[in-house]
Amino acid sequence: MTGTIPPAAALDALLDVENLSLCVSATGTEVVRGVGFTVAPGEIVGIVGESGSGKTLAARSIMALQPPAIRRTAGTIRFEGRDLAGLSPKELRELRGGRIGMVFQEPMTSLNPSMTIGRQLEEGLAVHQRALSADGRRDRVLDMLRRVGIADPDGALAAYPHQFSGGMRQRIMLASVMLLQPALLIADEPTTALDAVVQRDVLELMVGLTRAHGTAVLMISHDLSMVARYTDRIIVMRKGEIVEQGRTDGLLRAPRHPYTRALLSAMPRRQPARPLPPAAAPIIEVRDLVVEYGGRRGLFRREAGKRALHGLSLSVMPQEVVALVGGSGSGKTTLGRAIAGLLAPSGGTIRYAGRPVEAGGEGWADYRRNCQMVFQDPYSSLDPRMTIGALVGEALRGVPGMGRRKKAERVVEVLSEVGLGRPYADRYPHELSGGQRQRVAIARAVVRRPAFVIADEPVSALDVTVRAQVLELFADLQARHGFSCLFISHDLGVVEQIADRVVVMQDGRIVEQGDRDTVFDRPAHPYTRRLLSAIPALEPAGEGGVRLKWRFDEAAPEAVPS
Amino acid sequence: MLHFVFKRILMAVPTLLIMAVTVFVLIRLIPGDPAALMLGDLATPASLADLRERLGLDQSLPVQFGIWFGNVLRGDFGISITSSQPVLPLVLDRFWISARVVLIAVLLASLFAVPAGMIAAWRQNSGTDLFLVGLATLLYSIPTFWLGLLLLLFLGLQLNWLPVVGYVSFSEDPWAALLYIVMPVMTLFLHEMGVLIRMSRASTLEVLRLDYITHARAKGLSESAVLWRHAFKNAFGPTWTLIGLVLGNLLGGIAVVETVFTIPGLGRLLVDAIFARDYPVIQGCLLFVAFVYVAVNLVVDLLYPVFDPRVTAE
Repeated sequence: MTGTIPPAAALDALLDVENLSLCVSATGTEVVRGVGFTVAPGEIVGIVGESGSGKTLAARSIMALQPPAIRRTAGTIRFEGRDLAGLSPKELRELRGGRIGMVFQEPMTSLNPSMTIGRQLEEGLAVHQRALSADGRRDRVLDMLRRVGIADPDGALAAYPHQFSGGMRQRIMLASVMLLQPALLIADEPTTALDAVVQRDVLELMVGLTRAHGTAVLMISHDLSMVARYTDRIIVMRKGEIVEQGRTDGLLRAPRHPYTRALLSAMPRRQPARPLPPAAAPIIEVRDLVVEYGGRRGLFRREAGKRALHGLSLSVMPQEVVALVGGSGSGKTTLGRAIAGLLAPSGGTIRYAGRPVEAGGEGWADYRRNCQMVFQDPYSSLDPRMTIGALVGEALRGVPGMGRRKKAERVVEVLSEVGLGRPYADRYPHELSGGQRQRVAIARAVVRRPAFVIADEPVSALDVTVRAQVLELFADLQARHGFSCLFISHDLGVVEQIADRVVVMQDGRIVEQGDRDTVFDRPAHPYTRRLLSAIPALEPAGEGGVRLKWRFDEAAPEAVPS
Repeated sequence: MLHFVFKRILMAVPTLLIMAVTVFVLIRLIPGDPAALMLGDLATPASLADLRERLGLDQSLPVQFGIWFGNVLRGDFGISITSSQPVLPLVLDRFWISARVVLIAVLLASLFAVPAGMIAAWRQNSGTDLFLVGLATLLYSIPTFWLGLLLLLFLGLQLNWLPVVGYVSFSEDPWAALLYIVMPVMTLFLHEMGVLIRMSRASTLEVLRLDYITHARAKGLSESAVLWRHAFKNAFGPTWTLIGLVLGNLLGGIAVVETVFTIPGLGRLLVDAIFARDYPVIQGCLLFVAFVYVAVNLVVDLLYPVFDPRVTAE
């Protein structure tokens, strides 16, 4: 069911993609099938879809930048009325950068690490605007760096990418593309790797700059609320095909295709607050925890360490889910690792069930068995050479009084609990999808029936619909076995859905903590307010549709310098 | 920077010290008495004892080590037992002969292999790529002595283009000297080129996958600008490290190649000294080799930031 485009729109379209098909050259597998859409001048269009939907390939093939293993088998791509298939390599190069710009997802790898910012920005101008003198190029670069909010543009020219944070690099990337004043900007997951607050700033900047130049934007993303916030039209892709497209407000209000509805209903949303059993004592109690990194021992002296956590205190009650939120570098992962005993704290105490926890001390083994961990990346957290059964069973080693048969039974039992079942026990991680792997990681954490689980961004690497299923599974297991949980996440939607209590961290300190409804509805600390106002939520609005809702509307979005 | 160099040189001291002790002890574990070897059949117990005393071999091992190491610190590596020449000038002379061959070979190999590997990666899975990878595999799979013999056979004996065995120093007759080192250089060049092509290709492939390469293309840059301006510097790092290791290894001794082509280089000196139980020469050679290895790697590390600004000398 492909949305129809009125012919009038197609006539003056900036970009007109018709019936585009791409396949893997070696195997002939079609990865994009019969995709057609248009982008009008100045319009912001979003392509949403999960991994494997072909959204990135379709967008990259517009500039003929798909990987060499992917071949275009059918379709026409017209840009400003010209069929791109007929272009010579030279004409294609003039189009790339000059008329169509591209921003990439990963700010860590999208700038050349061995070249100064100045040279990288300048070389595009040198190719596309030959009339410009070296001084003229420099002035343009400086002006653009200033406009994207780089504090010291002169200094930035001679600096290398690694000297900037992720958000700053993405601004520089944007500067490098917008410098050439393209008519179309393709933004491939432009802010996925960034924190919520930084994400908002970069997007506002991007929208502001492109509006100022009348540049159209094709924004590829898996993040529905972000696309909903910034686009005029949305294209929904699934398994290489477009399932639905239309104006953003209409499509969100009344989605027609079942997949779009599934996608929208998979958005995390707040559940009613759970009553917790009254408990006298917390299961985990952290007092004045200090963690210092570094202090690299040199040949002659010991360098001063960097303090990652500045004396934190935190407690987790039995059966409680405590969410730890904060930007990158806020210390939330460090705190999780310190509590798990993976990092030696430099100061403070951690108590489990009232007893102090110390490496090698009394009760250490008991604590390590009762505290389990789920990691973010299901691709690197499972040993690829172990079967699923062995991976899950390994957690049962050292459990006193549990025989081999008992252990095997428990493994199968837990695998069924996470929805995988016995047949998976003999398989290897590479045979499983990302969602299935994360189920294995959860099975491994709960097989020992721990009292306390630390989950570090357990669903961040998963697609929207898979994420919803894994979250449901997690909540289910938590309700059934009643373990307490420290849930580390930067995704406020997920936190809003599952947390009983929320702890907000910034720069190694806890700035606010309280029950979920209080923190989300009446945030006290300015940082919490900024965090909540960064990205809107999508809340259900009947008929399977959703509408945008600001979690906390603090101030008008940052003005874009122009 | 200076601080870093100083620190690195200081860190080499324990390496060299351990090397000195190991070398000293190992040689003396090998059965065989230099005095007996020198005197041969004429040895009487009295003359043997006399010679042993003159060579200092009658002292205990720690005392022998102490004397030797003390002299080394003063720059005196001793006198060769067999040729009665001072060890250090001997080692340096022979080293320059080997080093000339090695440096030319590695320089040429790098000049060919790095671009070849990059082009193979750039045209991955094409005919060019297949050819270059096949060539590289073939080259580094052939043992150097065999390759050397083949060259001798064809270029020397059959075609008569080049002199077969021997060595002429550059000061005597530069042209003849050049002719004599062509084949040894070629042997090493071909072998190391195979090794380096594979490394250069692998690291270029790694880099070509990254977003900044696509970004460079998306800016409208030509393929040669993408490859040389953006991929080269980033892909060269690992190859550069390997070049350093190769250089350190080869400078430490190319005894096999020197034997095939009868070049009086450092490798041959060491082998001959081992057969003759010429302790001072063996010790001097090995210590010098260890020093060269440490020095080459220090230079490689110091130059690394040129290719990758993320690596600083600190």
